[in-house]
This record gives sequence, structure tokens and C-alpha cells, in this order.
Amino acid sequence: MTRILPQTKSAAVNPLKSSQPLGAALAFLGVNDAIPLFHGSQGCTSFALVLLVRHFKEAVPLQTTAMDEVATILGGMDHLEEAILNLKARTNPELIGVCTTALVETRGEDFARGLSNIKMMRAKELAGTEIVLANTPDFDGAIEEGWAKAVTAMIQRITLRGEQARQRKKIAILPGWNLTVADIEHLRETVESFGLKAVILPDLSGSLDGTVPDDRWVPTTYGGTTVKDIHELGTAMQCIAIGEHMRRPAEVLERLTGVPYALFQSLTGLKDTDRFVSLLSAISGTPAPAKIRRRRAQLQDALLDGHFHFGGKKIAIAAEPDQLYQLATFFTGMGAEIAAAVSTTGTSKILEKVPAEQVQVGDLGDLEGFAAGADLLVTHSHGRQAAERLRIPLMRVGFPIFDRLGSQHKLTILYQGTRDLIFDVANIFQASQHAPTPGSLDPFRNREMPDDSRPPTFSRH
Amino acid sequence: MSPLTVKINDVFNEPACEKNRSKDAKARQKGCSKPLTPGAAAGGCAFDGAKIVLQPITDVAHLIHAPLACEGNSWDNRGAASSGPTLWRTSFTTDLTELDVVMGQGERKLFKAIREIKEKHAPPAIFVYSTCVTALIGDDIEAVCKRAAEKFGLPVVPVNTPGFVGSKNLGNKLAGEALLDHVIGTVEPDDIGPFDINILGEFNLSGEFWLVKPLLDRLGIRVRACIPGDARYLDVASAHRARAAMMVCSTALINLARKMEERWDIPFFEGSFYGITDTSEALRQIAKLLVNKGADLELIERTETLIAEEEAIAWEKLEAYRPRLEGKRVLLNTGGVKSWSVAHALMEIGVEIVGTSVKKSTVEDKERIKQILKDENHMFESMPARELYDMLSEDKADIMLSGGRTQFIALKAKTPWLDINQERQHPYAGYEGMVELVRQIDLAIHNPIWRQVREPAPWEYQPAIEKELPSTKSDTETVHDFKKASPQEPTVSATFEESR
Ligand code: SF4
Repeated sequence: MTRILPQTKSAAVNPLKSSQPLGAALAFLGVNDAIPLFHGSQGCTSFALVLLVRHFKEAVPLQTTAMDEVATILGGMDHLEEAILNLKARTNPELIGVCTTALVETRGEDFARGLSNIKMMRAKELAGTEIVLANTPDFDGAIEEGWAKAVTAMIQRITLRGEQARQRKKIAILPGWNLTVADIEHLRETVESFGLKAVILPDLSGSLDGTVPDDRWVPTTYGGTTVKDIHELGTAMQCIAIGEHMRRPAEVLERLTGVPYALFQSLTGLKDTDRFVSLLSAISGTPAPAKIRRRRAQLQDALLDGHFHFGGKKIAIAAEPDQLYQLATFFTGMGAEIAAAVSTTGTSKILEKVPAEQVQVGDLGDLEGFAAGADLLVTHSHGRQAAERLRIPLMRVGFPIFDRLGSQHKLTILYQGTRDLIFDVANIFQASQHAPTPGSLDPFRNREMPDDSRPPTFSRH
Repeated sequence: MSPLTVKINDVFNEPACEKNRSKDAKARQKGCSKPLTPGAAAGGCAFDGAKIVLQPITDVAHLIHAPLACEGNSWDNRGAASSGPTLWRTSFTTDLTELDVVMGQGERKLFKAIREIKEKHAPPAIFVYSTCVTALIGDDIEAVCKRAAEKFGLPVVPVNTPGFVGSKNLGNKLAGEALLDHVIGTVEPDDIGPFDINILGEFNLSGEFWLVKPLLDRLGIRVRACIPGDARYLDVASAHRARAAMMVCSTALINLARKMEERWDIPFFEGSFYGITDTSEALRQIAKLLVNKGADLELIERTETLIAEEEAIAWEKLEAYRPRLEGKRVLLNTGGVKSWSVAHALMEIGVEIVGTSVKKSTVEDKERIKQILKDENHMFESMPARELYDMLSEDKADIMLSGGRTQFIALKAKTPWLDINQERQHPYAGYEGMVELVRQIDLAIHNPIWRQVREPAPWEYQPAIEKELPSTKSDTETVHDFKKASPQEPTVSATFEESR
């Protein structure tokens, strides 16, 4: 079993994490006509906003309750109320997603109680707008936790409770945050090719894919899951959750509406995709369409062509737990070895299944420390400094990616996404190949005897 | 009153601040920032402002005492450049967990973090920033820094600017105070000279100060400390021995400039390196101040000669753009770059300024802008997103120059846009910088993509397309469709004809 090493340093060096409220905001951004609201001081919102914009290269709606020192000490309900009323008056969104921050959580207030008071007292003004609360202090968790909490909160607040008449062709999909816009689109098309209808929550492919309404400036999200869709989630035949962090929202949905869920810890790789396709076949009662079979054959071919480049390669990955699992299994599935694995938290169950000897809970400083001698670094854009210093190529994944274009339009799941990943990585390896020199091949130089070298890759299988 | 409150009041009282001069004592007390409206606020916090000012000091370790958000969401996000050390780009934070907060372990963790940094990186100094949560739980960073400095034998500078005390601008000033209290004057240089100056508030974004420094070198003027752009700790610590100073970014470090004058008799002036005339004016002022302080009078002559040469070259280079840019309409939507001088240079080559934000401009600047614009309506404090979008999509400007915040308003309105704030890719300071700015404007406006993105899809009516369609048989039907469709010509296509 994978050992999980807790963080012991006092100074985090080059953080791996983005904050928990940012993750929650991201989930709310996947809802149509929505606006996330940070309950905290203005700076937190400003930083999160800038980071989201740098990643998506889109205008991002995000507001703040603008807590100052006095308000913090006295309690922030007035600010929360004023912010909600202002947002309602100015933008009239269908959904306001409140994400608490460390500041207000440290002060400690009963936000749920306060919020329902506000809703009661202001019922008339706020009619037509759902207000959802996610408790997301920055001193806990990262994007994964924030995202999952926001999705859970939306289901708890908006989805109609109780068993309902099921629509035979409808499935609910709860994707993890690590799926890209392209992934979500591809997921929907795949599901539809079985004659099924997918309701995806959250759906960033509608709201952050770069398209814009033609003729006006919209201050909220445009595109994404509708509030009505969330309301009617209980009429789905089946729920599919992607990523261990989506287990909790899926469980809540099941408990509230009886919709059963299937959890895919990853949708990358041949085997997981096979399982997914079989499930869609079973639900729809139709065999996999020719198009999808073709994709599978293409992936097989990519596995054949690509594996030469992966065998024996040492990979150093830093990512949040589910993405770490997704990528680590992808790499080991191609014959590479995970030389270093760093993650943001030790509490996720998925970490035990990560195919590495150990997972360090830590930061990019830790990654840099472990990665010497690796062939590839895999993390977000902030890994660029380590990559430069170590002279190891960097594959950018996750969030934030601010120094490359198009990260949201890269496919990483199902047959096709796995194929694309293989090509991407193999091309990085080919681009950074060194031509042999007499020195590099000299058998007498740096002679290593088997007993003092690290165990060969195959011993771990 | 807590020491921090005293500091804040002191900063708000800044007599050298132009805005303050017009206020009575009571109004000053209230400070500069208007209270924020919850749900309708924008802008960074005081911590953000402090970090902006101090972080470009390149060999210092910057340690943020906070839960994750303050640093985790914001590090490595600015384009200041360093000619040597890279430690400033490494992010250090205590990343407080819930347990740390609940158990009150903040101060201990901070102390240990300082030790770890000292042991691993041995920087000349460590700057420690407090933030909202660590201020709220009462961590005394001044005390921890003092203890750590004694124990580890290196300067550990407390920067007490929790975000919730105010805006970015306040944070800029508090950062200046931290330098005054703990850094400047702590080291005596052994190489004092009559041509030593400080440049305050220059950030060296995209390395742009390197476009200016050679001019100073040519004049024999030495930059003792550029604060903060590409600064080293020792430069800053010995900055009190300069003879004169220039304050660049209008109000960010005014308190620092004034107090350095008060304490060490370093006269300063406010100036800018953006635009031709302002660059020349800045060089002139520097020479004048140095001469006043005893430098040889001949410096003034040398300076005038250099200005004349450089201006001539710059104007000649700019003139080349006149045929391409004459009559183009520019919307200047920024507070960061002093708009007056840039506007002036643009107008010199026939560009029209259809609007300029004066949010951060001084009263004097506004007066000057008013004079050259002739139309006061073209000045605005700030413009709501929707209005800005409407203005741009109605084609009332050929390009907008602004910061990242409004980037997508312009782009989605299919209007050329150029970044002239922190994250910009190109250096715009000095004579060469102005030429570069104009070059970038030219490139942006004349990029062929504008034609493509404004062209409606073929299935929407667009007469221009007819001509371009090859007249093969299979296409004929489609062409008919166009003719049948709505005859209303989209406004965008008209723009093209003009801008071609
Ligand atoms: S407002 Fe406070 S908590 Fe938020 S980023 Fe600024 S210092 Fe940190």
C-alpha cells in the first residue's frame, strides 16, 4: 500500500494548492446565470479572480462581501446581506453561490442560520434567485474539497427531494473539477451517442469555453447547468460521479432522491473507459456505436506506438488527489514509473491507490526536492521554476495553467483523451531527447552495481 | 490605539499627498479609500499592495504568514524582472491549517518557518507579512521577527499589513513605512558619490527600467537604489545616502519619498518615464536636484544634449507610424501608467484620444489632460463594464489600452486591446519604450484577425463574402441564400472598409 507522508515543514515553499473557496467558486461558475460570492475581505476575491482569469482567459464573475476589520470583529451578516441584495439588484442572477473564506470562518458565525434569516426577511426582494452556501475556509482543503462542497450544497439546497418518476434515458453526471471543458463536451457527446441524455453538474463547458453572447455584456455566467436541471436531478435513472471527491455529492443525491450512483475514480485509460462504455450500454440497452469502437481501436494503436517512449521513464507528479491518481495510473499503465508523488492533502481515500511507493503531502518545493533525476515533471504552471532549475521538461496539468493557451480544450478522458495524452507525453519525451555521446555511454563512467541502485521498475507489479 | 492604527492614521495624514492638501483635518482622518460596497467591490487588499511594493526586492525571502489563500492564489503573478537573484520568485508561506489556528500555534510556526528559510536559503533578509487571519488571532509578528532576527542574526522585517485594514494603495504606503522603520538607513555604504539618486516606485515591469538606466549611466548618474524594481536588500538598506530622488508611480510611495527627504535631506520630485516629454522632464529634474545638492553645473548641459539627441531619434521613429496611425481613436483606460504624457505623445503623431480614465491621476495631471483633450467629457473616473462594452462594440474606439481587468471586455467586443499594466509583456518606459508602445498599438490595430472575427458567418448575411466565394456550381445555391437573408448590413463590416 502507498505510504502517505504528512507535511512536517513550517514554511510551505511554492504552494501546490489553490484555495478551497476558489474551488467552490469554480463549481458555481459551472451553473448558468450564476455568480459566486466570497464572504471575506476584498483581497481574497481579487486574487482568486485574477488567477481564474489568467487560467481561463475569460471574464469571470466573482464578487466579495468586502469585509473590513470592524465588520470582521462585529460579525459579517450585514455585509453578507448587503452583498446579496446588491448582486440581486444589479445582476439578477438565478444563483448566488456563497463561499466562506478563512477570515470569516476564523471569527466563526452560524452562516447557514444567518443566510436563512436573510432569505426569510428578504423573501420578496430575493424571489427567483437561489442562494447556496459552501463553507470553505482557506485553512482547509484545496480546489477539490471546495468544488465537492459546492456541488453537494447545490444538490442539498436546490434538488427536489424524494423519489420521483424516473426518465429512462436521463443520467446525471457529477464530474470532478479536474475535467477540462473539452472533457465535459466529449463526455456529453459520448453519452448522447447511446441515445441518452446527460445532465452534467457543474458544466464548465457551457460557461467557460470561450464563447460569448453576441450583442451584450453579461455580468453573470452564461451557459452551464441550469437551476432547473439541478432541481430535477432526481428524475435521472442513474448518477455517474467522476473522481473520489465526487462520492459525497453523489451519496447525498442518492440519499435525497434514491438515484443510484456509480463512481469512476478516473476516466482515463483503456480499462476505465471500457467500464464506462459498458455502463452506458447497460443503461441504454444499446451496444456501443461504431464511432466509439473506432476510438477504442485508435487508442489501442496509440498504446502500441506510444509505449516505446514511456517504458522505464521516471515521472514526478504534484497534483490534487484525484488528478494525481488519474495521471499516475495513466503513466504506470504505459510502463513508466512514478518517482515522486506530491499531493495537497492526506485525507483522500484515493491516495492509497496511487501507484507510487509514497505520496508526500506538500508543495512544489517538495516536488523539486524529490524530482532530481526524473524524466518528466507533471504539475500546474507554477512548476515552471522547478522545471527550469532541474532542467526537466514540464507537462502542465490542472490549475492554474497561465503560461500556455488552450489548456481547457485539451482532452484527457475516455479513449480519445487517453490517446491524446499518450501523444502529448511521447512528444515531450521526443523533443527533449539527448543525442548519445561517447561520454554518456562510456561503461566505466558512473558504474552502478545492482545492489546499490533502486529496484527496477518491474518489481512493483 | 494599536501601533498599526497609528501607522494607518499617519499615512492617511500624508501632507505631501495632493489629494490631502485639499481636505480639512477631519476629512483626512477618514482616509483615502471610500468604503467598499459589498457585492460591488473590486481591487486588492492592503497585503496585496504591500507585496507589490516589496516583493521585487530580488534577493530577499518573502514569507507570508497566513492560511493558503493570501499567497497560494497570488504568487509568481507579476512581471517585474530581476538581473540576478531569483529568490523573490520563490514563494514562502506558513500555510496555516485549521489546527494551527485553533491551537494558537501561529507564532511558533512562523518562527520555525523563518529558521527553515534561513537554513536552506541564507538570504540577506527575510520579510514577514501579516494577513487578515493572523492579525485576527492576534499573532504578534513584530515580536516574532525581533526574536528571530536576534536568534538567527539576520534582518527579519515585519510588514504589518493585514488585508482588511484597507485597499491596495494603503498597503503600498504601509510597505514604505516598513522600509523606513526597519531597512533604509541600516547599512552605511562606503562608496557615496555626488551623482547618486534613488528611484522610488519603479517596478521594472518587463525589465523596462533597463530602457532608462543606460540614459542615466550615460549622464554619469548612479542609481543608488531603485525601489523596488530589481533591487537588492543592501541597495535599499543604504538608500539614505543618495543625493536626490525621483518618485515614479504617482502616489504609491509618496510617504516614503517625503520622509526620506525629512530624515536624510534627500529632495525628490514626482515624475514619469512614460512618454517622450515626461522622460525628458524627469532627466532634467534629476540633473537639477543633483546640481542643487552640489554636483557640477555641467551636468545640466550634458543632460540637455542627451535629451535633444534622444528626443530627435524617438520622434523620428514615431513619425514613421504616423501614416498608419493618424486618425486612429484610442481609449486609455488605466490609472497605472500616467496618462497625460502617453496621451501627449500619441496625439503628436495624430492619434485621437477618445477617452481617458483619470482615476489615479493627480489634480495637475487632470488639468493637463483637460487642456490637450479639449473635451472634458472624454475624462472619466471609471466606467462600468457594460458601458465600456457598449462603447467598444459600437465602434467608438479603434483600440483600448488598459489593464488585465478589462481585457475581455475589449476582446469580446472584438476591439483591439493592449495591456499596459502589471502583466504586460513589453517594456514601455523611456524614449525607446514609447516607440515600442506605438509599435504595439500599430501591430494590434492592424492585425488581420480583426477582419476575421468581425466577419459574420456565411450563413448570416454578409455581402462582402459574395465576391470572395469561388463560383463553382455547388456554391451557387448558398450564395442565393445570402441574398434572400436579411438585407440589413451589420455595422462591423463598415468598420472594415474604413480601417483597411
Ligand atoms: S484580504 Fe486578507 S485574507 Fe484575503 S488575501 Fe488579503 S490579507 Fe489575505
